[in-house]
Amino acid sequence: MKVIFEILRRKNAEEKPYIQNFEYEYTDPLETVATALKNINESLPFPDRIRWECSCMQKKCGACAMLIDGRPRLACDEKLADHGERIRLEPLKKFPPVADLIVDRQAVFDSLKELAVWFENTAEPSEKRADTVHEASRCLQCGCCLEVCPNFSTDSKFKGMAAAVPLSRLIAEADEDEKKRIFKTYSKNFYAGCGKSLACRDICPAGIDTEELMVRSNAAAIWGKKRKK
Amino acid sequence: MINIVGAGLAGLSAAITLAKDGKKCSLISKQPSERAQSVLAEGGINAALDTMGEHDTPQEHFEDTMRGGCYLADEEAVRGLTENAPEILNWLLELGAGLNMQGDKPLLRNFGGQKKKRTAFAKSSTGKIIMTALIDEARKYEVSGLITRYPHHELIGLQVRGETCYGCVIHDEYTDKNICLEGAVILASGGLNGFFDGLTTGTVQNDGSASVLAFEKGAEAANLEFIQFHPTTIAISGKRMLITEAARGEGGRLYALLNGKKSYFMEEKYPELGNLMPRDVVSRESYLISQRAECSGVFLDMSELKKEVWQHKLSDLRNECIHYLALDPQKEPIPVEPGIHYFMGGLKVDKNHQTSIKNLFAAGECAAQYHGANRLGGNSMLGAIYGGHLAAKNAPTDIKAVIDETAADGDDIYLEPNRETQMREALVYGLGIVRGAPRIEKALEMLRGIEGYGKNARLWFAEAMLLSALYRRESRGAHCRSDYPNRSEEFQRPTTARLTGGNSRYNERTVEIN
Repeated sequence: MKVIFEILRRKNAEEKPYIQNFEYEYTDPLETVATALKNINESLPFPDRIRWECSCMQKKCGACAMLIDGRPRLACDEKLADHGERIRLEPLKKFPPVADLIVDRQAVFDSLKELAVWFENTAEPSEKRADTVHEASRCLQCGCCLEVCPNFSTDSKFKGMAAAVPLSRLIAEADEDEKKRIFKTYSKNFYAGCGKSLACRDICPAGIDTEELMVRSNAAAIWGKKRKK
Repeated sequence: MINIVGAGLAGLSAAITLAKDGKKCSLISKQPSERAQSVLAEGGINAALDTMGEHDTPQEHFEDTMRGGCYLADEEAVRGLTENAPEILNWLLELGAGLNMQGDKPLLRNFGGQKKKRTAFAKSSTGKIIMTALIDEARKYEVSGLITRYPHHELIGLQVRGETCYGCVIHDEYTDKNICLEGAVILASGGLNGFFDGLTTGTVQNDGSASVLAFEKGAEAANLEFIQFHPTTIAISGKRMLITEAARGEGGRLYALLNGKKSYFMEEKYPELGNLMPRDVVSRESYLISQRAECSGVFLDMSELKKEVWQHKLSDLRNECIHYLALDPQKEPIPVEPGIHYFMGGLKVDKNHQTSIKNLFAAGECAAQYHGANRLGGNSMLGAIYGGHLAAKNAPTDIKAVIDETAADGDDIYLEPNRETQMREALVYGLGIVRGAPRIEKALEMLRGIEGYGKNARLWFAEAMLLSALYRRESRGAHCRSDYPNRSEEFQRPTTARLTGGNSRYNERTVEIN
């Protein structure tokens, strides 16, 4: 089978981007965009290779997030056969461009620093909360949910689901003393800004049930607190 | 300042250890921690926590690890690993790592080569879940200024004078600029998957280039012939996907189809541990039976697993199989083959994790330390966390030096795709599950015929792997020689490899094996 990749390219952030087409043939119906990119690159001289980030090749690390036919997806999760004869690859749009399909997702990590996403005290793990903690630990920090979120931008106080998911781990396991700080952060930097579009739930490549996590975190951090008053 | 190269489990463990002692470090990685190969670790992490009422002890963990590694690992090192394992697990719980629990204690599952339940787990995503806890912990020290991340930076040079390391040069992949960093260096850069690109269960990031760089600077490597084939892998687009050992730990059974009839070959031949024999044994048996003319494939049957196991212990595995293989393991058997999964060999380290170069340390999969001739499942994450911790405790913090970009000079450590493919073909030919002198010698001939041989350290490193396999004239663990089928006492010691001769611009360099 034959496809044409239309790839938005740029040497660096300063240069104007342009579209370059690559014809590509494949036989395996399960072949992914990631494998195709790897193969195309192997056929190009080093300076011409398409810059993109890739690590695990099985949607467990979030490196290869990009826009595939306009939707933020992981290249290793996206089968060629599920697309038409032309496949358009572009970098994510909410983050500053670096080169070709690479963007600088530092904002994602900066948010977690700004919100102090860590335990100061010893965590309190238990069987009862293990499922929540497991789900909340699965976030890839790939940025796909932020790309589709109508409320998030890299300079907003609202930090989006990529911060709320790790926060929900802390909410589930923090001791009584530390909960106060975490509930406040959750309320201020997530709950207050979330418009409940739930676009994050539909796009998450790891399949995290963000709605369910949000319901649990809201129950603990928002409603629990209000009832006490 | 200490420079840690690699931000997976070993690197994070080292960074957090230093930070807790109030010491500063740089944490250098090509991509952020979330993209490290550690997140792919699946089945679990071993510690004799004895939460399952089986009277398990660190002594038994020690014995199983030594026996599993065919007595090649350093006893003292393995003793430290296994004795400290319960404390490491308790630390992970303090950090809130989301392990499967029973009340307030971690559940443990059966794993290969161990008779007692000793493997703590988080469904079959244990690496990811532990990494999340460590990443959060490290963040605390990033904000306090003790850990400085360089998250899109590649190691391109080590400043080595005489036999001492003084610092490193890293390259910013985003800005294309180089940065010189003084201080001791801890390599936590992972395994050698890149030498077998597309044929392993690992990541494409772990290309082995940091190990090659250290080798080029004179660091000794050890046990490079010991490559772990995991018995249950399957080819997917661009790589091999792992079916976790936990599938068998929870009751999955391997069988071969011989003339259309199921043969549960592991259970028949090894009644005691059956499907949970150490990985070297299972892979070898699986390979050998698959070579028989009447065999039409080896399968992993998980259809008898209870619904509860699928829901709470292996739900992620099932989703993966459905997504990438279009097979539902709850209903149908999965065709499996052994695939390259782990490198027991790597940079040679002493008990403090220092390489043969002073002030250059190595921990995690890039180091040859705890696993001898064959690693037990559940010991890799443990070894990475413990090794990173030890390296951090022993690395000196007072190295002062002026580092300049000439530290990145030296023989080339990279190959472009065409020559990389030729190298891979030679290695695959010579380093299969069963190997013998004729194949290894032919592979060496293929390798030495590659353009640029004699000037490229990556090719020398590959040569060291083949020469180590040729040198070990016995069969032990993952090293199975068709021409030397028995274990030999003469070889109950590590194979070491080093590059002699300084710099090929001035000298002839050769790989020396001992």
